[in-house]
Amino acid sequence: MICLPTPDAALVARRAEIVRALRAVVRRDNVIDDDVRLAAYETDALTAYRQRPLAVALPESTAEVAAILRYAAREGVKVVPRGAGTSLSGGAIPAADAIVVGLGKFNRILEVDYPNRCVVAQSGVTNLAISHAVAAEGFYYAPDPSSQIACTIGGNVAENSGGVHCLKYGLTTNNVLGLELVTPDGDVVRLGGKHLDSGGYDLLGLVVGSEGLLGIVTEVTVRILRRPETARALLIGFGAVESAGACVAAIIAAGITPAGMEMMDAPAIQAAEAFVGVGYPLDVAALLIVELDGPVVEVDLLVERVATIARANGATYERASANERERLAFWAGRKAAFPAVGRISADYYCMDGTIPRRELPRVLGAIAEMSERFRLRVANVFHAGDGNLHPLILYDANVPGELDRAEAFGAEILKLCVDMGGVLTGEHGVGLEKRDLMTYQFADTDLEVQHRIKHAFDPDVRFNPGKVFPTLRRCAEQGREHVHSGSERFPDLPRF
Amino acid sequence: MSAASTTAPGATPQRTLRPRDAADVAEIVATHPRALEPLGGGALRDVGHDAEADVLALDALAGLVAYEPEELVLTALAGTPLATLERELAARAQRLAFEPPDFGALLGAARPRTIGGVLAANLAGSRRVSAGAARDHFLGCEAVTGRGERFKGGGRVVKNVTGYDLPKLLAGSWGTLAVLTSVTVRVAPLPETERTLVVPSATAADAVTAMSAALGSPHDVSAAAFDAERGCLLRLEGFAASVDARGAALLRTLREGAERDGAAAPGPDADVPRAEIALLGAGESRALWSEIGGAAALTGWPVVWRISVPPSDAPRVLAALAPERYLLDWGGGLIWAAFSAADAARVRGALREGHATLFKAPREARAANAVFHPQPAALAAASRRVKHAFDPGGRLSPGRLG
Repeated sequence: MICLPTPDAALVARRAEIVRALRAVVRRDNVIDDDVRLAAYETDALTAYRQRPLAVALPESTAEVAAILRYAAREGVKVVPRGAGTSLSGGAIPAADAIVVGLGKFNRILEVDYPNRCVVAQSGVTNLAISHAVAAEGFYYAPDPSSQIACTIGGNVAENSGGVHCLKYGLTTNNVLGLELVTPDGDVVRLGGKHLDSGGYDLLGLVVGSEGLLGIVTEVTVRILRRPETARALLIGFGAVESAGACVAAIIAAGITPAGMEMMDAPAIQAAEAFVGVGYPLDVAALLIVELDGPVVEVDLLVERVATIARANGATYERASANERERLAFWAGRKAAFPAVGRISADYYCMDGTIPRRELPRVLGAIAEMSERFRLRVANVFHAGDGNLHPLILYDANVPGELDRAEAFGAEILKLCVDMGGVLTGEHGVGLEKRDLMTYQFADTDLEVQHRIKHAFDPDVRFNPGKVFPTLRRCAEQGREHVHSGSERFPDLPRF
Repeated sequence: MSAASTTAPGATPQRTLRPRDAADVAEIVATHPRALEPLGGGALRDVGHDAEADVLALDALAGLVAYEPEELVLTALAGTPLATLERELAARAQRLAFEPPDFGALLGAARPRTIGGVLAANLAGSRRVSAGAARDHFLGCEAVTGRGERFKGGGRVVKNVTGYDLPKLLAGSWGTLAVLTSVTVRVAPLPETERTLVVPSATAADAVTAMSAALGSPHDVSAAAFDAERGCLLRLEGFAASVDARGAALLRTLREGAERDGAAAPGPDADVPRAEIALLGAGESRALWSEIGGAAALTGWPVVWRISVPPSDAPRVLAALAPERYLLDWGGGLIWAAFSAADAARVRGALREGHATLFKAPREARAANAVFHPQPAALAAASRRVKHAFDPGGRLSPGRLG
């Protein structure tokens, strides 16, 4: 059970005045204060937690954002930035005494610049829209979080989003060249641009992944890449998780950097196959999908090498895609893993730790033991190339106590990841969800240093309060609701 | 710890302190009466302004802590010589995921580079344009704040978004925020082979067009530079069969482009026979890129600027600056410009976007000009607050950044 911050009653009491002030800054319709429309903003994709904000402002320009933030700074009003609200860690969940600043109207691509291989977009543009804008010329934007049809580039910046291809192409931070940021004081600063490696401290690198704690991003410059000539995938099955792990290590040791390398355990394979029926083998303990992309000559060569490595590591099943239709079919099951698990369980809770890859067999063994102890089933999908593990804990929120057990189970998995030399979150962010576990990964001084950085930007701690850092002394007994299957937000959004 | 006094010519007498380990670093930073300048091997000592501080020499903090080739990560103490790490990596057919340039020739100082120093300066070589800079592969660290507190940031796995990305902030901070004691970086496989295409290009504008086309092609060009004395240089690395195929494909693309351009607009030199595109083998290619990354061709000039711009802006900036000798790297995004004298106002005045560092200049010229590009007021204020968060007493390398 995660506590939402205790609201400041004085701020809550000033709601009408705050709404009036916002309406003086942005168009009247762009301030939401009625309960019906506010309901759409009360949670993100961590739907077990809900909180209605004081009001929502939807500015249309950087000048409006700056004016809102200057007002908020002057009056001590708290601010929760929001993109599409697809965060899996509760990064965009409002606070009862805060306004939400939504970037939904920042939806224009401002410039496509092929000679400099970059795109300048407002922060509310979706991740996929950037790739679509440059697809005709054969380019794309590399980071591809599973929610890419809905999530915004500004949200990606806040969370430093990854995707299945980040082993080869990096996270958001490696693909962002510049930002326009409005600081909590209402100053507009530009970090980076179309050039590389700005002088001075790398505030661009700091702001990426800062989870909305340091300001509001209004514009993003990203680098775009030429689409690889081709891509092929292999589907490789193993009788034991250990063999699959050894195969992954051997592929890396052979100097091969696959575009994607995904692993599923038996429960995940079975759920996916039952859901989409793409022909996954059902008699294996672990299934690897290895994707190679690049020039045709290279891809064909590496498909052969990976197949050889797989056989040497005891693969019991092996298929290489012969065409694009087959490649997509291999991925279809993996990409359907979350909804597939959703079909066999009322609810599921997705974890996101990263571990050194060599520890995978041990970690999966320990998760199986926990699964028995907590009396909850679990299916594991794993970005095997970079060690990012997504255990899906199956529970039923309508059964009293199951959500609490699921959360306790999840916390134990994340602590295990840290014990193994890994981290709490590989790509979903700390947000509200993992906030209270930060003290497990970081010592007091480590967190103190991070707090000081927060204070350097936001001395009154008004931005995205209650997220990332476990500073709360008191706990409000509110905020969490039981959300049952079918009432989930973004039910159609792929998650992987 | 051990200490020694030295007097650099023309500078205030400096003491050199040699901590044995990270705990020693923390104690010295917390208790030493004067400010301190963390120093690795001193390879970049002549870049930037002189710090008014005693020297905190980190050469005793040397050694590999953990290297796991299959995990693609390496952890080393900050004072570990780069040469040591490169040897260890090569033995497992790997290398650092970024390409640290060697400025020994340019700066005329053959002092050893250390991994901590490379990260603290965040200087990237030619592969920057495809593989990223040091900051992109700096995964985690242990360090000491200006208050003498030991802390850690980041992690030891390649994928991590837990908390602020402190390594990014420390990369390129030139020892002014914290003293790195241990660092974790991402490593990458060593390519099986490499080749470089040398494309005759008459002007910087032609070269930028060719480099932009090459970097925007599907042929995985890993570096693109232009040296007027050699031509446009395009690097291909990877598996041998792939490098051969990509080289052939790129050659076709470039020839088609040249014929198209030639047919469309025969220039004044249309009667001059078109020089052939040359192909350099692996050994020659490696040696060439080591020179390009370190801007070794500009060694003879007293003043060298390192200027980062949007690539397409490079020809205009060059025309405005008219340097005595120059190189373009990063597909045109990095200009190395050599002059006989430093004129910061003129160089920075020519930029519309980007930044210019007075990378090499005599001490007097560095004292008279801001070495690092001045920032707009709001940004400078934010940077000052960040500095204050790490080092409120101004104990680390005061004056180093200007």
